[in-house]
Amino acid sequence: MRRKHLLPKILLLIALIVGVVTVIPEQPSEGFSEQIIQKGATGDDVVELQSRLQYIGFFDGTIDGVYSWETYWAVRNFQEEFGLEEVDGLVGEKTKEMLVRATEYDEGWVREQLNQGRDFTHYGGQERQTPSEDEQAPQEGEQAPPEGEAPQEGEQAPPEGEAPQEEQEPVPEDGEPAPGEAQQPEEGEGAEGDVPEEPPQEEAPEGEQGEAVNVPGGFSQNDIQLMAQAVYAEGRGEPYNGQVAIAAVILNRIEDPEFPDTISGIIFEPLAFEAVDDGQIYMEPDEQAREAVMDAINGWDPSGGATYYFNPDTATSDWIWSRPQIKRIGKHIFMN
Amino acid sequence: MGALRWIVYIVLLVGVIGALIWGYQEQQEKNAVLVKAENNYQRAFHDLSYRVDTLNEKIDTVLAMNAPDNVSPQMTDIWKITSEAKADVSQLPLTLVPFNKTEEFLNNIGEFAYRTSIRGLDDDPLSDDEIEMLGQLSDQSNEIRRDLRTIQHEVLSDGVRWMDVEVMLATNEPREDSIINGLQTVESNAESYDTFDEEVGLSAAERGDREIEIEGEEQTEEEVREIIHDYFELGDESELVITETGEGSVIPMYNASFDTEELHGYAEITREGGHVLSYLLSRDLDDANISLHDGMNEAEQLLDDLDFDDVEMVESIQYDKVGVYEFVHEHDDILFYPDGIQVKVALDNGDIIGLTAKDYVFNEQTRADREFEPTLEEVEAEEHVNQSLDVREQRLAVIENDLGEEVLTYELLGTIDATTYRVFINAEDGFEERVERLKQSEEVYS
Repeated sequence: MRRKHLLPKILLLIALIVGVVTVIPEQPSEGFSEQIIQKGATGDDVVELQSRLQYIGFFDGTIDGVYSWETYWAVRNFQEEFGLEEVDGLVGEKTKEMLVRATEYDEGWVREQLNQGRDFTHYGGQERQTPSEDEQAPQEGEQAPPEGEAPQEGEQAPPEGEAPQEEQEPVPEDGEPAPGEAQQPEEGEGAEGDVPEEPPQEEAPEGEQGEAVNVPGGFSQNDIQLMAQAVYAEGRGEPYNGQVAIAAVILNRIEDPEFPDTISGIIFEPLAFEAVDDGQIYMEPDEQAREAVMDAINGWDPSGGATYYFNPDTATSDWIWSRPQIKRIGKHIFMN
Repeated sequence: MGALRWIVYIVLLVGVIGALIWGYQEQQEKNAVLVKAENNYQRAFHDLSYRVDTLNEKIDTVLAMNAPDNVSPQMTDIWKITSEAKADVSQLPLTLVPFNKTEEFLNNIGEFAYRTSIRGLDDDPLSDDEIEMLGQLSDQSNEIRRDLRTIQHEVLSDGVRWMDVEVMLATNEPREDSIINGLQTVESNAESYDTFDEEVGLSAAERGDREIEIEGEEQTEEEVREIIHDYFELGDESELVITETGEGSVIPMYNASFDTEELHGYAEITREGGHVLSYLLSRDLDDANISLHDGMNEAEQLLDDLDFDDVEMVESIQYDKVGVYEFVHEHDDILFYPDGIQVKVALDNGDIIGLTAKDYVFNEQTRADREFEPTLEEVEAEEHVNQSLDVREQRLAVIENDLGEEVLTYELLGTIDATTYRVFINAEDGFEERVERLKQSEEVYS
């Protein structure tokens, strides 16, 4: 795992150094794509936004790539304090420009930490990141050899990614850290809360795109997964709206006093769903089932408010025929 | 030759013995599993009988109580017992047995107990009507108790197994079974209990059977076909199927589903007026190319084109490749949360791939008036929230409260430490209608 990543990292490192050397006099104003970032967004720009806000102490939550409420208030505070005209939580051109001017963003390092699934912070001034207080010219520090050496190593090491680990563990035998670094790893460890040892780090290479995702209020990804399994097991081969309708029925049952109040309670109610009783629910759902569940949670209900459905070809209960039917989608008849 | 034959015999014999042992073990395992499943059912059922018994007892005790200090905890207890009893029911294989009236009955008792226990019985003791109702509840729960205990006795003395009941139900065999017959008795009794109609204010709206009439001319299937064709700009080659809803539907609608080369779509259109209430288009999505913000602009444009021009976006969320936006009706600077519209935008190219405006259209048609006036000043509202809440934003909003009524509130957004809360303060009396913790992201578990 680590091996594979080493080469690109070294290249990146070289590129960074070269970049730093050649671009010294200029502002590091790259970063942030063109888009306006608004609450609810996810992705690289949000990671950058959160990192930059954290750098100057406006945001002390987790950098997870989700424009959450916490991020929203941080943006607003920033906009207010930096005298921007619009204090609206919309990160547009002006806000971005101001952020870029006021902060540093070490993308390689942040990304690395995210991919490793670690807790970390990105405060300026108190980390390996930029030990110098003067914000406008952190690069100069790197260039200057004597006391700049430590910071430079710090600056380089993070993008490389292994640095934090290496610094913690093999510090003694590794020749690389100079005496000046002695206090640096500690600082790093302390500031980051970066205590986890090797194994957990290696297990968690999956969080490629940040560590969090948006979930609809009141639902966990696991609830969604469970529902997706139920929908997939019950509605494989049904039209898409039929699958959304199945998910909607589960949700309608939560609201209905006659049914249990939890998703799992409804799904696992004995005899409630055929595919649960015969174990098909343990199949891995496809992407479409998951999307259907999300649509249902987000408010789409093709079932017309139904709390029951059945397949008329296989239904055996007379009682189920006696209920008022709403509509038929694919093989299923939905009803109240 | 003979030796070979013997060898064959021996091999076969060993095989047969092996098969027998294997079969025996399988049988044992299967029985063990069956017993476990049966035990679960038995526990749920015996718990249920016990709880209904306790419930009946508690109701009787309340009837004999005088001090409100005693009544309140009893009511809370009743509420707890009913919800446990409901949980027991949901663990039994009763989905195919009509048992919903009994569940509803239990639920209503719980609801009633909950409401009375939270309302402060010191100032507002049980009224005569409520006492009388409790008396009826006592009789009715006693009846259920007796029926359940009878079934329980039969289960115990005759060794009736719930697994058999389950198999019987699943295969729809003729139901000559003591459990099922007993439960049917319970259910038919519960059906006759109308104690709760109107008396406790469990209004019809709350049970979801609201009458809705949509204005407009009745559309024929042909006209709807036309509407869909225009709306989604379908070519002639695309397949379009239109069906009508049955009697169970709240309002009569047409459902359209269509397939074109790239996508599968479905839409709901009211029979009266031909309003497109809801649609979803499903196709393969590429990676997100445009921002959530651009998606919002697309959504706003769409709503504008559809003449929903008095709406305000209240929430936007990006789920990987799609953006979902919630809009609500805005009237005189008041947000009407019950009138919601959701729009789903594909973030690969900005196409609208979903819309649902059911709530908006329904409420638009049924709302008598929108005249809400706050009597509480904006600053006064802040006095009614928790003092540690740092209020950041404030606006007027109409929400549906716990009783299912629409009330005008001040919506306050604020934080306590890193957590964001939304508090709705009644704009007339300052009552804290609802407090929500706002959270919309979750770490990825790995």
